[in-house]
Amino acid sequence: MGHKILIPTPLRVYAGKQDVVEAEGRTVGELLANMTAEYTDLRHHLYTEDGKLRSFVNIYVNDDDIRYLEKEQTPLKPGDTVSIIPSVAGGGRA
Amino acid sequence: MKEGNTSLALTNEEVARYSRHLIMPEVGMEGQLTLKAARVLCIGAGGLGSPVLLYLAAAGVGTLGLVDFDEVDFSNLHRQIIHGTPDVGRSKLDSARSRLNALNPEVEVVTYEMALSSENALGLFGDYDLVIDGTDNFPTRYLVNDACVIQGKPNIYGSIFRFEGQASVFATKDGPCYRCLYPEPPPPGLVPSCAEGGVLGILPGVIGTLQATEAIKVILGVGEPLIGRFLIFDALKMRFRELKLRKDPDCPVCGDHPTVTKLIDYEQFCGITPGATAAASSSTEDADEATVEELKTRLDRHESFLLLDVREPQEFEICRIPGSVLIPLGDLPSRLSELEGRDDMIIHCKSGVRSGKAVRLLREAGYSKARNLKGGILAWISRIDPTLPKY
Repeated sequence: MGHKILIPTPLRVYAGKQDVVEAEGRTVGELLANMTAEYTDLRHHLYTEDGKLRSFVNIYVNDDDIRYLEKEQTPLKPGDTVSIIPSVAGGGRA
Repeated sequence: MKEGNTSLALTNEEVARYSRHLIMPEVGMEGQLTLKAARVLCIGAGGLGSPVLLYLAAAGVGTLGLVDFDEVDFSNLHRQIIHGTPDVGRSKLDSARSRLNALNPEVEVVTYEMALSSENALGLFGDYDLVIDGTDNFPTRYLVNDACVIQGKPNIYGSIFRFEGQASVFATKDGPCYRCLYPEPPPPGLVPSCAEGGVLGILPGVIGTLQATEAIKVILGVGEPLIGRFLIFDALKMRFRELKLRKDPDCPVCGDHPTVTKLIDYEQFCGITPGATAAASSSTEDADEATVEELKTRLDRHESFLLLDVREPQEFEICRIPGSVLIPLGDLPSRLSELEGRDDMIIHCKSGVRSGKAVRLLREAGYSKARNLKGGILAWISRIDPTLPKY
């Protein structure tokens, strides 16, 4: 069964302009790998060249940061929602 | 933060002004005097700063410090509600001061016409009880955070992009800081800027008002501030979500063994060096660039080349260069086939950054003669056709 992944506004352009995509995976890592296999442009925005999650992108399972769970090995239960939360700088001065 | 203050008293006029606060047990006379004694520093008198400053002045925060160095522009007015049409061209600090004085003359407004820097931040923050982050760029956000941690001042954080906003309270005694959340900034160019992305004018109103609310709560010591909680607002769905934040024991600034104990070079930290900025704005070598004058000459001669506009359709609606073909940057990879046989190309966007990316993409795809229009359509409007609207 697929899990919902919530795509933040700045990354929607790389996810077919969708705000939610679905992918399968037993762990967060698997889920993101399956998602970026479909939306290849997202890979560059989520991962560094050597395959590590970028430090200005946080991944949440429901309301918990995976850095404080089991990182990319965090297992997914049916109904879990994964969110990608990138840092955003805007304050509207520009 | 809350402390009794007996040296201040409210005048009868102030009692009338704050009467709806005074009759609430959570504020009362003691709380109102605490607000009057409070000193809040707001970094930026723009989109977020506007509602923050208006509400904190109205609420009777005794001293408001403002840091900004900008002038009011027409493009500010759809969201920066502290400024009005007659203020266009005026310094934002002067404009904000007039408005705040008119709203509440009891409030002392202190203005600092400068860019916040590693040299001035600590001294400035030392004079205030808490700091509002109403900035618009990563270097200043990390600077505000680090200076708040070092000085032990709560950082009331807000950030916006298009229809989405974020808010939290960082750098309290036991709570996480911005670096616990995001240890490092994104490299330049990987995240679209507000100027590229736009913002719903009301959004800073919502997020700034949340920041003002949190500031008042922290000053009064009431309720449950957004400490260890990250609030995300989606205006399109009209939905708030809350994510858990933790203080990172390995945080380089507020962790158990901090490695950053004084302010650093934040431009460098964010990968912005004077050289890199120039490269980012021009994006390509000079030989790869066309000037708007050259473009005009070639168009007048009816030369055969493709003028490709990689902005968004909404921007194309506002203004366009005659004869241009629109393919938004995001669609370019999947629409390369439309360019077959068109090697001679000039690419433009609003100011030259997106078109620089497009030129790199096209060159990788084998279009070796693709060139970037230096300064984009803004340069075209300034130097060739001033009848077109700037945005």
